[in-house]
Amino acid sequence: MKEHAQKSAEFIRDESRTDWHDEALWFVRSKRDRAAHSIAEWEQLRELASQVKDNVLAHLDQYLEQFEANAQRNGVHVHWAADAAEHNRIVHSILEKHNVQRLVKSKSMLTEECHLNEYLTERGVEVVDTDLGERIIQLKEEPPSHIVMPAIHLKKEEVGELFHQKLHTEKGASDPQYLTEAARQHLRQKFLAAGAAITGVNFAVAETGGVVVCTNEGNADMGVHLAPVQIHCMGIEKIIPRAEHLGIFTRLLARSATGQPITIYTSHYHRPKVNGEMHIVIVDNGRTTQLGRADFRNSLKCIRCGACMNTCPIYRRSGGHSYGYTIPGPIGSILTPGIDLKKYSGLPFASTLCGSCSDVCPVKINIHEQLYRWRQVIVREGHLPPAKRQGMKWAGKVLSNPGWYNSLGKLTRWALRQLPRPFLYNSFNEWGRDRELPQPPRQSFKEWYQNKKTEK
Amino acid sequence: MSKNEILAAIRRNKPTGAVLPSIPTFPEGKASPVVTFITMVETGGGQVIRASGPGALQAAIENRFPDAKRIASPIPGVKSNVALGAIHSPSELEPVDVAVISGRLGVAENGAIWVTEEDCIHRVLPFITQHLFLLLDEAAIVHNMHQAYEQIQVDASGFGLFIAGPSKTADIEQSLVIGAQGARSLTVVLEPPLTSG
Ligand code: SF4
Repeated sequence: MKEHAQKSAEFIRDESRTDWHDEALWFVRSKRDRAAHSIAEWEQLRELASQVKDNVLAHLDQYLEQFEANAQRNGVHVHWAADAAEHNRIVHSILEKHNVQRLVKSKSMLTEECHLNEYLTERGVEVVDTDLGERIIQLKEEPPSHIVMPAIHLKKEEVGELFHQKLHTEKGASDPQYLTEAARQHLRQKFLAAGAAITGVNFAVAETGGVVVCTNEGNADMGVHLAPVQIHCMGIEKIIPRAEHLGIFTRLLARSATGQPITIYTSHYHRPKVNGEMHIVIVDNGRTTQLGRADFRNSLKCIRCGACMNTCPIYRRSGGHSYGYTIPGPIGSILTPGIDLKKYSGLPFASTLCGSCSDVCPVKINIHEQLYRWRQVIVREGHLPPAKRQGMKWAGKVLSNPGWYNSLGKLTRWALRQLPRPFLYNSFNEWGRDRELPQPPRQSFKEWYQNKKTEK
Repeated sequence: MSKNEILAAIRRNKPTGAVLPSIPTFPEGKASPVVTFITMVETGGGQVIRASGPGALQAAIENRFPDAKRIASPIPGVKSNVALGAIHSPSELEPVDVAVISGRLGVAENGAIWVTEEDCIHRVLPFITQHLFLLLDEAAIVHNMHQAYEQIQVDASGFGLFIAGPSKTADIEQSLVIGAQGARSLTVVLEPPLTSG
């Protein structure tokens, strides 16, 4: 896999586009701030959400069993999948049983994680993503670049061209209103023809055995209520103990995600519709392993609001695709090393450790601390790239030897002043590639301090 | 079986402790919940009409959508020309222009309205219709989501939901577009509480 830094370099080559991406996300972050500040008890809500999720992790087995029992009592079929492969098999077997040829799907990061679309398409099922952003990237054959706004990396002209090719909209038309209307007409036909609908799950209530799904477009409900079979796919960590906890999470989710006070639709599914069938697939796929890592289990509290992405100075200027995983940004960077430490060893370094992600996270995940801890694990396990490893080794030597440190400092200050530019700005100097090196002071702090002391 | 494996892995790996916090009562603010509610519905892209007296709802519908051909409503007093009881497949509701449904409870802080399956007759109705009217008793507006969840029993219906506006999206360059996959507009008709006496 290409390193995050390499892919970001490709992304930022187009400067005006980088600025545009940066500003689009910062705009969402600003809306989040306004929404958060309008609630006096905001910080208290974050603390409560965090405590509820701590309790969930500590009693996850009980809550899941309680959830299953209640869901079954409600007439829901509950399935358990240890990994992505089993999840996909289960979904496919449900579709097969009902002879479903056409499937509509609303947003589900879990099914992205499991690569369900590819699996089903190979087996002859037509899969249509119905969230507008997801439909755009599906037609473009790209992965999502953000968990809440999957097509945030595309400009309206690009969507216009794509729709012209795929949905036969007018050539050159790029008005979002016009394009959205075209998608609406196209998707209506898909909804009406679907034999089954799949949704993700925002919250699963142990006490009542129901699942809650939040959307703005209404696409989850159009799918679920029109198709005879509804399937809800959830990771084990989506459980919350009681319905009253929905009060906390629905107040936090949309405000954190887009700055809205609540999503337009907050749907609570408890029993199948008349003549319908309802399935829930509960998926592990590495989550129980993450639960066993004391330093990193907090990442399972995530409610997928995307706020950490919108605020991240790296994400905003490198784009979601640079992370190479379904869930990008700060949360992606602490989830991925637990999935494949070697493959994703670059991601915990894609951060300034500024801590902004932890500050906005509605469930108070210590994201930046986990990034730092993953770095230590990566070094310990020997997954640092050679250049960085050598650099670190030498830095370690110099920093632990005062004599070397002093002479090297002197040498550097002299070099920065005296050497011609080509000696300083070349392929060996990563730091000089995109920025000017600092003006060196005449003396080091240590020398200055010594002089002051002798002056007295 | 995967279920047992997953549960066993959780038992091996889960942390201990962590009691469930109790949710405090948050201050309600001074503004009247009805006023806040109206502002929030409008912010979310909906319209609010205050109806007074019988026939006001019907008048509001005709006023807003004089050309609507198919109006579907289980509410007595609304001239519905779609026989909801005779619909066998929910897809038959595709041509509905206007649906008029009763809401159970409103939430001031976000303009959301709780609607249940029983109020919709068909679960898809509030989504598949081009335009949606929700009828709400002013006295049924609470301040926040905590109060809302205290009052409703989420599993009393097989399906229930909060609706906080017309269907919308900002998936193309963050431009807000009203009318994504669900209803293109939301009109909330507030009924004043019955005055005793
Ligand atoms: S880690 Fe926190 S801020 Fe990031 S998506 Fe998850 S809940 Fe939101």
